[in-house]
Amino acid sequence: MKHESVETNAGLLIILTLAVISVGGLVEIVPLFYINDTIEEVEGVRPYTPLEQRGRDLYVREGCYTCHSQMVRPFRDEMLRYGHYSLAAESQFDHPFQWGSKRTGPDLARVGGKYSNEWQVQHLINPKSLVPESIMPGYPWLATTPLDYSDIEKRMIALKRVGVPYSINRAEFEANVERFGEETAIMLDINRAEDNLVRQAQQGNFDGDRSFISEMDAMVAYLQVLGTMVDFSQYSEGYFAEFR
Amino acid sequence: MSTNEKPGKKPGEVETTGHVWDANLQEYNNPLPRWWLWGFYATVVFAVVYWFLYPAWPVGGSFTKGFNTITFMDNGEEVTTHWNTRSLFAQDMQTGRHAVRQREMLDKVGAMEYDDILADVDAMSFVNAYAKGSFGTWCAACHQTGGAGVIGLYPNLRNDQWKWGGTVAQIEETLTLGRNGYMPGYRESLNRDQLNQVASYVLSLNGYDMEGDAVAAGEEIFTGPLGGCFQCHGMDAGGLPSQGAPSLNNNLWALVDVPGAASDEERVSRVASFVHDGIQRVMPAFADRLSETEIKVLTAYVHSLGGGQ
Ligand code: HEC
Ligand code: HEC
Ligand code: HEC
Repeated sequence: MKHESVETNAGLLIILTLAVISVGGLVEIVPLFYINDTIEEVEGVRPYTPLEQRGRDLYVREGCYTCHSQMVRPFRDEMLRYGHYSLAAESQFDHPFQWGSKRTGPDLARVGGKYSNEWQVQHLINPKSLVPESIMPGYPWLATTPLDYSDIEKRMIALKRVGVPYSINRAEFEANVERFGEETAIMLDINRAEDNLVRQAQQGNFDGDRSFISEMDAMVAYLQVLGTMVDFSQYSEGYFAEFR
Repeated sequence: MSTNEKPGKKPGEVETTGHVWDANLQEYNNPLPRWWLWGFYATVVFAVVYWFLYPAWPVGGSFTKGFNTITFMDNGEEVTTHWNTRSLFAQDMQTGRHAVRQREMLDKVGAMEYDDILADVDAMSFVNAYAKGSFGTWCAACHQTGGAGVIGLYPNLRNDQWKWGGTVAQIEETLTLGRNGYMPGYRESLNRDQLNQVASYVLSLNGYDMEGDAVAAGEEIFTGPLGGCFQCHGMDAGGLPSQGAPSLNNNLWALVDVPGAASDEERVSRVASFVHDGIQRVMPAFADRLSETEIKVLTAYVHSLGGGQ
């Protein structure tokens, strides 16, 4: 093609420019979809329960990712501070993933179980009351706003479309029992989503008030499960290197 | 109007692309500068060398692994893999300079008795350095940097008030297994007057000058079946570490903000409303998150903060 015809034709120039600059991204990303070892074989990782998933939606709504990453890198200082490095398998059901690289606050990939529910609630309402140096804003409305879960089934169906194994019929449910065990499979059943959500919020008592299902319940349930699904003591140091 | 002509060079001496806009605008076709061109070739050569050494090209369901290798120990066996960040990390944790140095110190402290650690200057300076990071990561969010706590929420670890005991063995148990602090509320069993009486009694044990009748009535509640406070806090209110019940006679307060109250009246009402509500709070267990040695280091650190027994 003649140089001049490209330079004098803005539409063509834009299309060709886009094609050239997307090569870099495509050659790095596309192979990951068909390289067999991208996602490690590991026990325990399951999709979020309806309550955790709503917590995750709130995490995205409130923009927590603008200050917090969710990926522990394989470096010594990261391991000392946060624990085992993150696996691809651990975010395989995240849509979109929350890896990020902006760390105004600490990485949250392994924050589950690090603090008590009471701490999480108090910290979200007013971070400075616990960490005087903190520059994290408070989110007090989470504790007073009732959790809207009227569309939880639709949200799960949407996630199912992009590959999260929530079940909607008998066969899918059985497949989940096989894959995750019965207890988990029940939590992943779209038909029982609302019941499951309410029950988990009441039993977990995340915000300290069983009678009121607040957005705080969902947020804390989500934070408390982060990074806790894999039991790393089951695997040797070299095991995860085999997938790279 | 400025022109792009270099002084001493007339248009026509340099090759142009032949494009002409607006009658006389032309585009020079200068060769690339030498240094730039060689720089470019160098990056190409670098890339080719890189492809041979490191994981690079996707091929089918796998990828070229490269000839560069990393050796590390896995389950006591030596394994050699192609270069990748995870193997590199494993190797760094095993043979990296800082990791080795830190492990040597951890092993050394791990093998020592508490008495020796606390008496050894070298060991304690390592404990303090290590705990600065470790306590900051795992504990400071609740107990605050330095361990002074938050009154009403998280206990102060620097003073002589211990719920579960301040010996190294007791502190170690607290960190390893966690603790559940629980005191029942007296919403139903004590009325307003009785709550105020027992509060007056407790305050009188801490050097506050309270009204005599109320104190006497309060003592009866405290040491008798009505309140039963003695069952956990002890007859002399000296505390019972097995219950996590603090001593109530040393004027050190972790939950009720007595020092912050302005008058006797306010002090009584604060203690009374605490006894009315009761409390339940959790110190998380760290056995799954920290190694025995790390717990040992933190125990020595907490013990040395000022209140160790
Ligand atoms: C302006 C940036 C900012 C935003 C936005 C933000 N945080 Fe934070 N966060 C911080 C900082 C800084 C810290 C460290 C100090 C502290 O603990 O408060 C922190 C700490 C935390 C911690 C404790 C982590 C640990 O390991 O100690 C949690 C949990 C957390 N944030 C959750 C959230 C959630 C959930 C949201 C959204 C609702 C959020 N943060 C939004 C800055 C932010
Ligand atoms: C989620 C908040 C939280 C975190 C994190 C936490 N603690 Fe605690 N800790 C508590 C609470 C609450 C108590 C009081 C428990 C009770 O009431 O019996 C406590 C009690 C203690 C005690 C016993 C005090 C006494 O009077 O007997 C020690 C010692 C202690 N913590 C040390 C630590 C250390 C060391 C760490 C870090 C490894 C840590 N804590 C992390 C909340 C926390
Ligand atoms: C079942 C055992 C139990 C009984 C009975 C009990 N307490 Fe307690 N009390 C505790 C424990 C445990 C704590 C500490 C809770 C914590 O730290 O989480 C505590 C804390 C307190 C405190 C707070 C001290 C501070 O540092 O601020 C006061 C005051 C107190 N108790 C008074 C009483 C009185 C008065 C009674 C009787 C009416 C009573 N307690 C009965 C177990 C008990």
